[in-house]
Amino acid sequence: MTFPANWSELGHRLAWLLPVRLDMPLVGALALLAVVSLIVVWSAGGQSADMVVKQALRFGVGFGMMFVAMRIAPGTWRRWTPWFFALCIVLLAAVLVLGEGKGAQRWLDLGVLRFQPSELLKLGLPMMLAWYFHDRVLPPSPQSVLVALILVAVPVGLIYRQPDLGTAVLVAGSGLFVIFLAGISWWWIATIAVLGIGSAAAAWPFLLDYQKARVTQFLNPDADPLGSGWQTMQSQIAVGSGGLTGKGWTDGTQSQLEFLPERHTDFILAVLSEEFGWFGVALLMLLYLFVIARSFWIAANARDTFSRLLGGAIAMTFFIYILVNSAMITGLMPVKGVPLPLISYGGTSAVSLLAAFGILLSIHAHRRV
Amino acid sequence: MRTPIKDNEAESAQFQRRAVLSLSLIVVAILIVLARFGELMVLRHAEFAARSDKNRVKLQPLAPARGLILDRRGVILADNRPAYRLELVPEQVADLDATLDALGEVIAFDAEERERFLELARARRRFQSLPLKLRLSDDELARFALERYRFPGVDVVPYLTRHYPQGPLFAHVIGYVGRIDVNELSGLDAKRYAGTTHVGKTGIERHYESALHGEVGHLRVETNAEGRVLDELDRSPPSAGRHLYLSLDSRLQQAATDIMVGKVGALVALDPRNGDVLAFVSVPSYDTNLFVNGISRSDYQALLEAPGRPLFNRALQGGYEPGSTLKPFVALAGLELGLRTSSDAIYSTGVFQIPGQTLTFRDWKRGGHGRVDLIESLAQSVNSYYYQLALELGIDRMHAYLSTFGFGAPTGIDLVGEASGILPSRSWKREKLDQPWYPGETVIAGIGQGYNVATLPQLAAATAAIAGNGQRFQPRLVNAERASFDVPIAPKPPLPVGPPLVKNPEHLLAVKQGLEAVMHGPTGTARAAARDVNYRMAGKTGTAQRVSRTRDGAEGTTGPRREGQRNQALFVGYAPAEAPRIVVALVIEQGDSGSLAAAPVARQIFDAWFELENAP
Repeated sequence: MTFPANWSELGHRLAWLLPVRLDMPLVGALALLAVVSLIVVWSAGGQSADMVVKQALRFGVGFGMMFVAMRIAPGTWRRWTPWFFALCIVLLAAVLVLGEGKGAQRWLDLGVLRFQPSELLKLGLPMMLAWYFHDRVLPPSPQSVLVALILVAVPVGLIYRQPDLGTAVLVAGSGLFVIFLAGISWWWIATIAVLGIGSAAAAWPFLLDYQKARVTQFLNPDADPLGSGWQTMQSQIAVGSGGLTGKGWTDGTQSQLEFLPERHTDFILAVLSEEFGWFGVALLMLLYLFVIARSFWIAANARDTFSRLLGGAIAMTFFIYILVNSAMITGLMPVKGVPLPLISYGGTSAVSLLAAFGILLSIHAHRRV
Repeated sequence: MRTPIKDNEAESAQFQRRAVLSLSLIVVAILIVLARFGELMVLRHAEFAARSDKNRVKLQPLAPARGLILDRRGVILADNRPAYRLELVPEQVADLDATLDALGEVIAFDAEERERFLELARARRRFQSLPLKLRLSDDELARFALERYRFPGVDVVPYLTRHYPQGPLFAHVIGYVGRIDVNELSGLDAKRYAGTTHVGKTGIERHYESALHGEVGHLRVETNAEGRVLDELDRSPPSAGRHLYLSLDSRLQQAATDIMVGKVGALVALDPRNGDVLAFVSVPSYDTNLFVNGISRSDYQALLEAPGRPLFNRALQGGYEPGSTLKPFVALAGLELGLRTSSDAIYSTGVFQIPGQTLTFRDWKRGGHGRVDLIESLAQSVNSYYYQLALELGIDRMHAYLSTFGFGAPTGIDLVGEASGILPSRSWKREKLDQPWYPGETVIAGIGQGYNVATLPQLAAATAAIAGNGQRFQPRLVNAERASFDVPIAPKPPLPVGPPLVKNPEHLLAVKQGLEAVMHGPTGTARAAARDVNYRMAGKTGTAQRVSRTRDGAEGTTGPRREGQRNQALFVGYAPAEAPRIVVALVIEQGDSGSLAAAPVARQIFDAWFELENAP
């Protein structure tokens, strides 16, 4: 790349990078979340500059991915979808055959990078269903719904076999949202709900010990305060002792004195609660709500069925992470390794979420006029 | 049944209805979440605040005591002494810069110490207590005690500091510990080193860091809101590092250092029966205690500029042209590969030429040595014998044979940073210099010159293989350890390297006779050094000049010595000749010839050792 001859040429190049239809409110809100993340990571990580710099670099990569994903038209994403989905299924099968991990086989080691293929499905499955419904008449016919349910069942079954119940449930959810948004009738919804609850009850005797432990520990955390209930208890103490206004930034005793486990990753919301109080949590939730609402608005104004359904599913999945994580922090749900979107320390989740928002921005750039 | 048509407008409207419904549910869910947070944070705040207040139990690391280092007779060479250091908890200090400024007026520390502290503070967690100045003097302790109230978050902490009672005597063996710096932090196990401030930087201290360090313990304490300790709950004590016993004898080390005082050089003495290092000397030396608690810039500068470069470990990292000390091994190659018998003789005229070439190589004696066999060739150090033999062997076979004695590769002595020397070969020269091999280079390689570079551990270990009838051992300094003084010493077995090297014992005998003739024969080059000795010794001298790396340097190195040329005097040898118990390899830089400067030192070492062996 040569150096631009003059400023107007540089301006043109920048214009290529930032299309006129860039949705600044969404990008701005995401950037604000990243800033909040760095502020809380500084405190949760014990004021280590290293950790903040590392996390900032990950956000740099994530926003880079976002701008790349944004440059790719939704039509192109749609054409790639079946291949991407097929690749995900192959990788999942590969994990079952040659994966590695503690107890459960979740990781695939590709030499340069290790990753969990199940993470890819959180985007891959909604994409596949949106692709499937794109050419169908909506609301879907019973046959289409059955095909869609099978498309959901295959990866969810593979992930459940790893075994990774939590991710299986989340991936299933991300798929069911698409079917819901596609306009499936309420009779179907009622039927699936009954079947789902029924099968969950029927599955209980077949759950593995650690899965049962998570559920029982959640139902009665004080029973074993030093065992599996410890995290839930310490997390609630951190949150509750924060009060309305919090103990102040870097002054949270629960977090700073190292009582709170995983405080910079999955339990970072407890640190935020302890140090910034209920008002801090409310402001964060408002910011999240804005991102979700904006995403739905973009999806509603999308040009075609694929973009609409995918956009809506991204917004819903994003919300589910927030819900599961906050429920875990406050002891409403069993402990499950779900990071707080865009706030928790770590790269995989932040980068893949920002890439998904890149697709959403692409949908916005190609919206109906 | 009619085929339905896709209606984008209707689908969009349908999607919008579902989206609005979803969003409403999401708003409700978020309100529920906020209500739950409100329940914990407002309604039950008092309950959780009280529980959080009780939650003030902290885990404090307890640093283990570092293992001691002792010599073969139990003389302590490195121990731990109580001292006090100044520590600061960054979290408890409001204005770090102002505090450091004010503190500097009470206890002097320089800009370097300040910078190092700030660097460490950035890397570690803010509630951790970090050392600011080590080893406070009594004066500093008293002054700080008076001013202490002005400095919350700053405290005087007792600790054990490393001390080397023998100072410079073992500097190049034991090395020293120093403060952990930021670069080392990432390479260390954070849990294991949680309470540790020092780590081995060189020598035994570094090589055996893991064994010497020990395992960290923990103290569970109750603290107040600021993290100050209120009560001790329980502790899991640290377990001290292992104590290491060196094969060195500090009396021999002292004797060798005394003999070499004022010189620049190095010496390695081994027991050929097991590879135990008996003395390991590099002179001049320096006091390692200076480094333990941070050396001042001026002290360090002085050491860097001191004559003879005391910081340079000649015994470990010095590379020397082996010169004639390589001849016994070349002679053995000739015998073992069937090119010579011990009685085969050549006629030395004083000059040697490769057939068909005009380049001449000289003997050190003008006019030559006349007729010499193998024993005489060693006794008189006759170059012509080895020029001819090297030419017949060729560089490939010579390289292959000499490498079985360990030349050209580190010996594996238990110290960090051993040099590997150079044992030249065709492929080595092609790789390093991108040049073909010339026959003239083979000729001078036969007398240990040209590209040859050897280290003292290599020369000592190879000579020990001859003394020990062909059995090689890996030289080693630590030959025993013990977990504590309550348990017996656990000796470590010797480390033999490969099977015995010499196939025919008669070949070895001939070379040994030659080496004995060097010391005791009527023509031996070092016979002066063995005068009036009451035991038999064997050895080989070598003299190398520093200006000798060029191809035609072969002439210069063997011609009459010019004024101002600096010799490196080498000697390898062992005693008693009939059943060797000690091997010595030594070099005196800027010395006279090997016979005049190096051989007498070896004689004194042997005398000293045999006297010490019998002493109580």
